[in-house]
Order: sequence, then C-alpha cells, then structure tokens
Amino acid sequence: MKRTLYDKLWDQHVVHTESADPNSMALVYIDRHLVHEVTSPQAFESLKLAGRKPWRLNSILAVADHNVPTTDRSHGIHDPISRLQVDTLDQNCDELGITEFKMQDVRQGIVHVIGPEQGATLPGMTVVCGDSHTSTHGAFGCLAFGIGTSEVEHVLATQCLLMKKSKSMRISVEGELGFGVTAKDIALAIIGEIGTAGGTGYAIEFSGSAIRALSMEGRMTLCNMAIEAGARAGMVAVDDTTIKYIKGRPFAPRDDLWEQAVPYWRTLHSDADAVFNRTVTLEAADISPQVTWGTSPEMVTTIDGKVPDPALIADEVKRHDMQHALDYMGLQANTPIQQIYLDKVFIGSCTNSRIEDLRAAAGIINGKHIAANIKQALVVPGSGLVKQQAEQEGLDKIFRAAGFEWREPGCSMCLAMNDDRLVAGERCASTSNRNFEGRQGPGGRTHLVSPVMAAAAAVAGHFVDVRGLSGFAK
Amino acid sequence: MNKFDTFTGLVAPLDRANVDTDAIIPKQFLKSIKRSGFGQNLFDEWRYLDHGEPGMDSAQRQINPEFVLNLPRYQRAEILLTRANFGCGSSREHAPWSLQDYGFRVIIAPSFADIFFNNCFKIGLLPIVLDAAIVDRLFEEVKQKEGYRLTVDLQKQAVVTADDQNYVFEVDAFRKHCLLNGLDEIGLTLQHAQKIKQFEQKRRTEQPWLFA
Repeated sequence: MKRTLYDKLWDQHVVHTESADPNSMALVYIDRHLVHEVTSPQAFESLKLAGRKPWRLNSILAVADHNVPTTDRSHGIHDPISRLQVDTLDQNCDELGITEFKMQDVRQGIVHVIGPEQGATLPGMTVVCGDSHTSTHGAFGCLAFGIGTSEVEHVLATQCLLMKKSKSMRISVEGELGFGVTAKDIALAIIGEIGTAGGTGYAIEFSGSAIRALSMEGRMTLCNMAIEAGARAGMVAVDDTTIKYIKGRPFAPRDDLWEQAVPYWRTLHSDADAVFNRTVTLEAADISPQVTWGTSPEMVTTIDGKVPDPALIADEVKRHDMQHALDYMGLQANTPIQQIYLDKVFIGSCTNSRIEDLRAAAGIINGKHIAANIKQALVVPGSGLVKQQAEQEGLDKIFRAAGFEWREPGCSMCLAMNDDRLVAGERCASTSNRNFEGRQGPGGRTHLVSPVMAAAAAVAGHFVDVRGLSGFAK
Repeated sequence: MNKFDTFTGLVAPLDRANVDTDAIIPKQFLKSIKRSGFGQNLFDEWRYLDHGEPGMDSAQRQINPEFVLNLPRYQRAEILLTRANFGCGSSREHAPWSLQDYGFRVIIAPSFADIFFNNCFKIGLLPIVLDAAIVDRLFEEVKQKEGYRLTVDLQKQAVVTADDQNYVFEVDAFRKHCLLNGLDEIGLTLQHAQKIKQFEQKRRTEQPWLFA
C-alpha cells in the first residue's frame, strides 16, 4: 500500500485504536511537547489538583514568548498580570523539573523559532504545543499541530492525545519563484486560492520543485501559515536541506545516534503513487508578491492589484463580510494596493523572524531610511540567538540607521499581548500571520506581507512592488 | 466535565462567517491564569463600546446596544447560531471557556475550525454542524420569532424545533459517550497506561535519539 508522508507519521505514533474503523478515535503518542506561558497555567493547575505528574519530562521544552517585553528586560515585566503569567510558568517548570529557557537566557525566543533552532524539533516526531502555529514544525517532516489547554494537560499526564486521523491534501508548487517572491507569498497565494477554511479537516503536505528549493526558514514560514488555511498540520518531506539544517544543533542526535537517525529520516516522504484526498497545484511563476486588504488572511491580492469591490459580489453573506472588512480597514473599493499608506511596520513573529527573514529585509533597507509618515518600524528577532547572529552580521546597524527599532525576541506585535501594539485606526505592514480585527491592537489595521515587502513599504511609506526597486537584485 | 443532558434553550443569532478566536476572546484576557470568569469578556470588542482590559468591572462599562447579544430578546441565550468556519484562528481554549462561562451550551454552524471544534468537546460545550441551508432557515426563524427556542437531544443526535422539525447531526461515538457521561478523558487514557509504556519502550529501542 502506497502511503503519504502523513500516513507514515500517523502509523508510527498510534498506540491504540478503539476499533478497526479508520475514522475512530486513536491514541497517538507525542514525542515533543513545547510549552509557553499563555495556554499552560490552567493545565499545570489541573494536573496538580488531580495528583498527577508529567509522564515524560524530557519530552517537554518550555519558554515564555507571548507576554515578554521586547524592550530592556533588566527590570523584569512591569505589567503585573503579564508578570504573573510568566512567573507561573517559571514556577511550574522549576517545581516539576521541566527544561525552560527563561527570559534572560540568550536561547529564549518564540517557541516556534527556538524548537527548530535548538534541534528539539526532529523529523518523524509528533510535536504539539498549546498554540495553533505549531504547524510550523511540520517543515521538518514531522507531524506538528496546535492543541488547547485541556489537551496540554492530557499530553502532560499521558504523553498521548486522543484524535482522529485527518484527510490528506497535497499542495504542489512547481517551477521557479519569481524574483522578489518568497515563501510568505506562496502561503498567502495558497490561502487566497483555497480560503481560510479550505484546509479544514486536512493535513497538508507542501511539495513540488518550488518547495524543495526553499530553505528551512522558508518551509517553516509556509507550514506556519497552514493553520491560516484551516489545516491543523502542514508538512514538507525530509531531504538534504532538512538534514543539513539539523546537524550539530544542541538537541539533535550526535555520533552513532545521528548515523542511526538519518537513514530513517530519509524515508519520510510520500511514496511516489500515494493517493491524497485532495490535490491543489500552483505554478510558482504565477505567484506575485501578496498583500492582504481585509480582516482574514484569505482577503488577499497581489501588489499590482486593487482593493476589491463588494458591489461585484453576488453572495449576500460574502458581500456583507467584505463590506464590513473594508469599513474596519478604512479602505475604499478599487483603491490600488500601492496607494495604501502606512503608519507602522512590524518585522517579526513565528512566521517571519528568522535570520533569513532579517537578512532579506536588511537587504532592502540598507543605506535607506524609513519614510516620514512611518511612526514606528519594529524589528523583533525570533530568538536571542537570531538576534545575536544578526548583530554579528551587522544587520542591527542597518535597521537602526534606517530608523527601525531593534528589539528583544518575542511574539510582540503579532498579537500585542505585551506593550507592542497599534492604536485604533493605525495601519501596519506586518510580516505576521493574522490580520483579524484587533489582532495587533484594538482598532488596528493589519496588512500581511513578506519581510522584503514590509521593508520596501517602510522606505516608501506605502506598499510598493519590491520587484521594481532599483538596486534590489538576487 | 459535567454531563450533557437534553435541554431546550433560547437561540441567539450571530450572523457572521469566519468569527475568529481573537473576536471571541481578545488577547488581553488571555493573561489570566484561571479557567473561569471569561464570560464577561466574550466578544468584548463587539459587545462594549469602550476598550476592555482585565480587571475592569463589566457592570461599569459602555454596552454596545446594537450588538446582538445585548438585545433584550436574546438575554440568557444558551444556543449560539452562527455561520461558517466559526472559531478560526488560535488554539486558545479560552474561546470555548468564554462561550461556556457566558452561558452557551451549544454552538450551531455550517462548519467550525478544527482546533476550536476539538476544544469544545473537552469542556462539555457541544458544537453542532448543520447544512448551510438548514442554518439559513434557522436564522430566518430566530430573527422572525422572539423567544425562539430549540431542543438539543444529544442521545438522538437531533436539533428539534418547537414545531417538531428534527435536524439530525453527526457526532463521533466516543465524544458522544464522553459528553453524555461527563467522563474525564485523561482518566480514560490512563486505563491504557500499560499499553503506552510498552509503545514507549519499543520506540526507545527503535528510535533511541528521541529519548536522549
């Protein structure tokens, strides 16, 4: 029987099934449990109240990322409610003996950046975290998905989850990406194509020559956004790029264990004739830089496009939703995207805060300055180690010289749980993943773009086609 | 988890598609380390005219009189009727917690986001998927008729109208069993503890790098 990558990962982890019916609930073993401060306190509390202990401590890696300040941390967190949540994580980890990168640790960062960076995310694993962007880790040929707090407790207590197998979808992107087009644009183009609910009930495998050509950073950006297409899990087959990335990382196997692991990892791809429940194909050459105009990631168009006109939409619910989104975003139908002016620029988040993202953005900024109408431009590296690497390469100097603020790592203005946020009516070019109402601050208006597009917009003060910038070359 | 019994409840219509978890419970309320008290901030940005922060007294806040849950006819609603892809976005269980804490016991929609759907069952909140055409009809009825109520019979897997229309829904047999009996899933899983240990031992032998 020919199997998909998802089939292989699933089969490897089923501990028990209630019946032979493939649709019945299965008990699935979890290899890696990533924990952060927002979705874990209630799980630890319930675990304790029930008199239970974590099943396997060395499967857990914890870090605070959502609430942490991105400015000077030497005085701790000033917001008492945020501080309590971070302190609670620290206490739970200390009490139970869980490995945690605390706020002052250089390894601290966004949970979906540090897992792969540390080699804590490995091919063939099941990886869970109480965070929907756990799909990011699927870039390594593992089965990774977000869970709720009850499930966090379930994994702590049993090392397993009760779940049903998803349907499978293959999204192939063939050919070569155009100049200035990135993994973020692939992700947004896919969501524009299949919709934010298009992947509901599916595990998506991204394949095709354009995906194979992506770096691990690019694959992580793509898998990160699988959830914005409705899919709990996104994944990419293991290849040389994957294995090369992992080698030598602190949590990765070494010596004999490495030699033992690699041949197994190389089996983690779909068999040639494996059958998927749904297949979608895109031509890489057809994908242009993307910009969202609305309050859902599927409300997206190309940089040479226009804000759509609700009057042209036949379906009443859709027309109403589109008008509502335009009202919230303060946009007029038919406005060219390149005439949308911005107030703030945010480069960061688990989608686009890795070293490659910062290098790409710095390449656009180098020697230039943010436009006069940009009130604030932030660069928030994904981890302390990304920050350190960027500083070694002098990227911080490029950003600072251009008028960007160079911050400490964390989720920051992707969801504005800390002090980094938009005020009502402000418009932001953001490299994050969600443009929902209020996501970056109450009344804030978010346009999702790639790092190079955000950087170019910061310099121009409005969206511009990065492909047309002078001095920008491959 | 409490047992889910058959009940008849008032229906409130939230006529929007793609209602995301940031709308259901905005992030500033996620800083709580408790599991209760989220109901007062359900749909906070739509429900109130002023900006909400944790610790505010909701009785002192400015109510948005136009928001559907603030209309007198929908007070004490227990069934939320809404549109496709409800609960999209983050994995925050605070979203089902806030809906339940507000007083909802059932959410009816043509479709739900996966993680939200799954989270609901863990706390005894029942998400029901009905055909878009049936949801359209229910929207018409609830808007026309004040005091519109539906009966939800999980045993029979049916939503029943006052004039005895039955709309059958699907629910996974295991989840149904857990809801009807108010079972603790962790307790159930731990009945397989021996099997988990054996699985783990085998995995440790075959893929030792995962346990280093």
